[in-house]
Amino acid sequence: MADYIPPRSREQVADLHFMDARYKLLDLAAFLDRLDRASGGEDHRVRGLRDALPLLLEKDEGRVAKILNLWSDPSIVPIEKADTKAASGVWPGLK
Amino acid sequence: MRYIEPHGHMVSRTTDDYQAMALAGCAAICEPAFWAGFDRKSADGFYDYFCQLTQHEPKRAARYGLPHYSWLCINPKESEDMALAADVLALIPEFLKAPTVLGIGEIGLNKNTRNEMKVLEQHIALAVQYDQMILVHTPHLEDKRKGTRLIMDCLKANGVVRPERVIIDHVEEHTIRDVLDQGFWAGITLYPESKATPTRAVDMIEAVAAQRVWLNSACDWGHSDPLSVPKAAQEMRRRGHSATAIDNLVYGNPVKFLSQNSRFKAPAAQA
Repeated sequence: MADYIPPRSREQVADLHFMDARYKLLDLAAFLDRLDRASGGEDHRVRGLRDALPLLLEKDEGRVAKILNLWSDPSIVPIEKADTKAASGVWPGLK
Repeated sequence: MRYIEPHGHMVSRTTDDYQAMALAGCAAICEPAFWAGFDRKSADGFYDYFCQLTQHEPKRAARYGLPHYSWLCINPKESEDMALAADVLALIPEFLKAPTVLGIGEIGLNKNTRNEMKVLEQHIALAVQYDQMILVHTPHLEDKRKGTRLIMDCLKANGVVRPERVIIDHVEEHTIRDVLDQGFWAGITLYPESKATPTRAVDMIEAVAAQRVWLNSACDWGHSDPLSVPKAAQEMRRRGHSATAIDNLVYGNPVKFLSQNSRFKAPAAQA
């Protein structure tokens, strides 16, 4: 833990950050609606995003790390060769 | 407020950015070598880049009163070509003599390939040979956790590298504890989309002991914000952190790490 965290109430946290969280949640909902209006199948990134949503409702702290771990490549050895330089945001092998 | 920008790719930025950073309280900038957004075809391209980092960019920064330091390497995104990497590695010792070079960086992994690992090992060996500090780039997004673990294993396997002289950058919530627990410094990179936002960074600072953590913008040619470190400081102020705590994080910590190289002069100590 940090040496010192200024004490604050949940109301104070909401005062500071609620509107920010509100618009981000609405943006996410709009993104999912936009996907519904589009054609084709769901790719692995969106599947990963949907799989992460239940983690938001868990009671324990550490939701960000849990989501990042969910999306991470779980393997432990280097790969032979990469077919791209870019990362997609969600490990393609996520079931 | 004063702060250090310990990781900014200023060759990609305009002089307006230098001015904005100086006005926001920036006291010094450190610039690790990185990928230019395209693959360079020969070591000559890197020779010119290293000249830019060690000769031209310090002059540009000085026009705004900012000391400019650099780190040298071939970035992991270009490490797949082992022959090119060998040619570039051979150039580095000459440039390590430049008075503003602080070490080897930003080395690391991108897609966690075998060739990237070999070039990482060669960079670490070079750092050990020339007694240099190390600045590490960890992979992006879904490759970060695996890459961070491989990099730390590689550093430990060397057997000589002292973790307190290594900063592992671009940590996020799922990697920061491992990095700190193993004795390394941790860098939190503030990107609008792909790494950590200022609010998440302050959350991490509130969750761990932050004595070995720095914040940086890693501002480059992509979607990034050269003022993200002062914005994180502002977020700390909004949450009630003291001026001393903010100063320790955005100024004191980078000065403490970087001062392990005597070439780095703490700006407050300058006339």
